[in-house]
Amino acid sequence: MTSPASTDSVPPQLSAGPRPAPGPAADEGLARRLRALACTAPLHDLDARKANLAGEYSVYGMAEVALSAIDLVTLNMDFDTGADHEQIVARLIPRISAQTPHRPVAEHERVARWVLENLINVGSVDRGFRAVYGTFGPDGSYVRRDYDFKLIEEVPGPGGTVYLRTTDEAVNVLVGALDTDVTSAQIAAEVKLEVLVNRGRLADAQLAAEQARYRTVQYSETLRRALEATRRNVRAVDWLNAVPDMIAEALDHVADRYRHENAILTNIRRARDETEEPENKRRAAELVDIVKDCIRRHTQLQSRLLEAGPLFRAEQDRQAFATPMTTSGTDLYGHLLAPLLPLPLEQASRVTGAFFAHGTGLRTPVSVRMGDLVDILLTPPAEREHLGAEMPEPDLIATPDDSRFSEEQLADAMRLLDLPADAPRRLSGLLTQARRVGGEDLAYLVALLAVHAASPPVGTAYRQGEEKLLFAVDDGTELDDPGFGGADLIVGTALLDAAGMAADRTEAA
Amino acid sequence: MSEYVEAEAAVASASAAVTPADAADAARLVAFGLQPKLQPARDQEYTELLRRYREDPPFARLADAVAAGLGLVVLEVSPRAGMAVTAAEDSVFAVRMGDYARRTAADGGDRFLHGLAHLAVAALAFPRPEDLADDGYVGRITVNGVDAFVRQACRRLEERAEEAGENTDPATEAPGLEAAWRIWARRSATGATKDARRLAGSTTGIIGKAVAFLTDSGFLQRTGDDQGGTYRTTARYQLQVRDMAGSAAMAELLELGVVPVTDGTASLLPAADTEDLDLVADAGLPFHS
Repeated sequence: MTSPASTDSVPPQLSAGPRPAPGPAADEGLARRLRALACTAPLHDLDARKANLAGEYSVYGMAEVALSAIDLVTLNMDFDTGADHEQIVARLIPRISAQTPHRPVAEHERVARWVLENLINVGSVDRGFRAVYGTFGPDGSYVRRDYDFKLIEEVPGPGGTVYLRTTDEAVNVLVGALDTDVTSAQIAAEVKLEVLVNRGRLADAQLAAEQARYRTVQYSETLRRALEATRRNVRAVDWLNAVPDMIAEALDHVADRYRHENAILTNIRRARDETEEPENKRRAAELVDIVKDCIRRHTQLQSRLLEAGPLFRAEQDRQAFATPMTTSGTDLYGHLLAPLLPLPLEQASRVTGAFFAHGTGLRTPVSVRMGDLVDILLTPPAEREHLGAEMPEPDLIATPDDSRFSEEQLADAMRLLDLPADAPRRLSGLLTQARRVGGEDLAYLVALLAVHAASPPVGTAYRQGEEKLLFAVDDGTELDDPGFGGADLIVGTALLDAAGMAADRTEAA
Repeated sequence: MSEYVEAEAAVASASAAVTPADAADAARLVAFGLQPKLQPARDQEYTELLRRYREDPPFARLADAVAAGLGLVVLEVSPRAGMAVTAAEDSVFAVRMGDYARRTAADGGDRFLHGLAHLAVAALAFPRPEDLADDGYVGRITVNGVDAFVRQACRRLEERAEEAGENTDPATEAPGLEAAWRIWARRSATGATKDARRLAGSTTGIIGKAVAFLTDSGFLQRTGDDQGGTYRTTARYQLQVRDMAGSAAMAELLELGVVPVTDGTASLLPAADTEDLDLVADAGLPFHS
């Protein structure tokens, strides 16, 4: 239906017949390379323009910062949203401060923000870049063309927030040669990784693992777009063959990769634990993180894949089985919007202009009175409310202190129970001493603390990385005391291996 | 027509001549119509005047005449839409693009984007011809939903151009010849600003401006903040789009020589062998999440 409109600007190339030697076909490869080259221009531009910044910024390698910013955004792109602006700035700072360790952190942050803003190109209204290149038209005439592209784009996230995403152009600048089949490239990268790990060449292995992760992200992105299109229009996507095949393929792929990467993970963990050299140990640890991230992304992809079928059925019900009505009217999309999008700007603008002029309704014109004008002009501008309404001063009522024991009593009790690790004591002895120091109340508190220590909070101590822990054990001895009955507990302090626990925790995370 | 009017007028003058009080009432009804956000059901005097318009033909003609004299077009007078009037072309009440958004005066691309935003809002609010024809239909849109659906349409055009091996990059000297979809596609969807407001030049900013304006015109009602803001349509908007905007834009399109093929109803269904751009029923309404 819309086909007549789409071809009116450019005649089909096949019908052009014999033409001068530098025709569009011969020129196409050149145009593609010119566009690829243009994508790197903003990075060179950063280094060229850093001299214009107020201050001494020529020591910074701006292209390096920019490339690592693109890296960071790509790696932090989640399935639904993108990377958080502040997070990217925070992660860029270590690299920048490594370039100039003696400069203040504020300056490093300024560099990070400057680079990121320039990659988004905040100054331009499109927030993108434009490069001009020339091609030969079908008739041999030379035409200059504008190539518009973005490196990092801002996308709306949930709750009105703004996230960053790298564009395909940026990923191509970064990784290069991405014009290949995603699946096979990934398999190749992972086989390479496994071989490298087996041979102990960890530096290369890390590079390969990172490449594998880029491809995983790209794969998710492709799928996300297909699902989004389905939500909007079931018939826009081929659900008879293409998508079911794609989903089945992707599920197989996820299962396969999951097995594969778990095997790699086991291998690298072994490599990490066995290797003696600290540099290799560190590399292997980083590699463990990367592979874990890959696995996480695969799991995410898989859950999306499983949702795809039900989503299609729900959308099918919603979109296709609505009861038809016999009345007719203007099909705003089919008759207006779709045909005008392929038109040249000048013509399309006339149609949208007509719609605007007749579709916006009316505005009652404002008539100005001299008296009002004076008032308006003399009124000081209202302060924009940045912080919202003023909070009323809360009316606080002092709650009566109804604690059973005072702070001093607790301090006394803790002092009594601060036992050396190699000398546990009987509860009876502690109670006697407590009575001498602070009377019956303190003895009661010590008894409570000792009973509490019979079930020590091991889990909390482990999570918080405590260095020691109070414990109490019942060895069957009866407690002989005027105030208390039960077992005469042995109370002691256990020393904990805080450093070891910390290491365990990071691995478990 | 004029004979009819004269005959009617004769009957009217026979029964009761038009008094200044009647003229004041008629003008008052038109004045109510000029406050598009006013709900007829909420104002007793408005309801009373609407009833009189429907039951008293001479009064109705008087009100129509007042409206026409002011440069207004009466779309419908009913309890649900109230006195639905809109500005005639070149009337003092008409909205001009230059007043609506200042940048549009200098920048053809911006002028197009603002116009397209209004068209896209309407297209998503009334996705099927039936929806536009059905008086009881209430459309629902979200700002992000409108942007996503236009972008989707642009992406399909881009893919099609790529498949055909076309180079869609415009010639540098002739920006007016750039394909319209590229203007939308290359404008960023959103952007961070210093004060956490929407970036005015981004596409969601442009749509946000359009829906805010339409809300002020009494055409949309804001229902929530999800997805950049959710809105539902009013009876007035349906009338405006159906009777004014749709046909005006269509006339312009036909003048350009683009004839969208239509056989009344079937245009909505895409051809079986093409992945066309057609919107199927209810597509693009707020998504399930």
